[in-house]
Amino acid sequence: MNKRNFAAVIFFAIVGAFLLFTALMMHPFGNFNEENTPEMDEYIIDNTQNETGADNGVTAVVFDYRGFDTLGEATVLFTAVAGVILVFRRLKK
Amino acid sequence: MSGMSRIVKTITNVAFPIVLIYGLYVIAHGHLTPGGGFQGGAVVASGLAMLLVAYGSIWVIGKVKEKQLSILESIGAIGFIGLAFLGILMVFIYSSFQGNFFNNFLINQNEIPLFNEIGAGLANINTAGVIPLMNFAVGLKVIAGLFAIVLVMAYATRIKEGK
Repeated sequence: MNKRNFAAVIFFAIVGAFLLFTALMMHPFGNFNEENTPEMDEYIIDNTQNETGADNGVTAVVFDYRGFDTLGEATVLFTAVAGVILVFRRLKK
Repeated sequence: MSGMSRIVKTITNVAFPIVLIYGLYVIAHGHLTPGGGFQGGAVVASGLAMLLVAYGSIWVIGKVKEKQLSILESIGAIGFIGLAFLGILMVFIYSSFQGNFFNNFLINQNEIPLFNEIGAGLANINTAGVIPLMNFAVGLKVIAGLFAIVLVMAYATRIKEGK
């Protein structure tokens, strides 16, 4: 086993252990109560409809609570489209 | 890319309006049902890509140029950022509002009767303040952007086919 494979095995073991412990610490599925829910989830589930009026909580988070994130996402899309149109532009002969 | 056979064109004629209506429904009901501007825009852009595959890029680029799509995308982006900045500017018009970037200024007031209702489980389209307008802006942006990408890349392949 050369040096590079050894480093790869070490890296794989570290990442695998990290993923395994993260999976073991996840909340139980479908078991909604006060103890195993983070505070932010609880706040959004309780107050989204009364604060924004939107029934769709995901859209309320994306466009209202976390508007800056959507602005960045739109900027990424705009940059991608500008780049593709720049690369495939029609040149005058 | 040139067009495909008559069978494909007929099926596209039937399926294209349905795809378009479904995508616009997803955009318009973004604050009530799953989906939103990005998802509905992707659905509509898929329908337009189907049109492009069936009829060929030379036929499509006779109808719409990528410069027009670029203008539409810029209108969507300016609308989105303008709605975000209106959250600050509304404090100069109505002193009762609290000005913030991305402030939901249409909600819970009586001056402008547009999307101003509030409450749990209404499932009413006249709710959620500025969120539906932002959904429309982002939907326009995604439709124009994705269709411009697909159209430009399809039109670039016509040289290899000897057309």
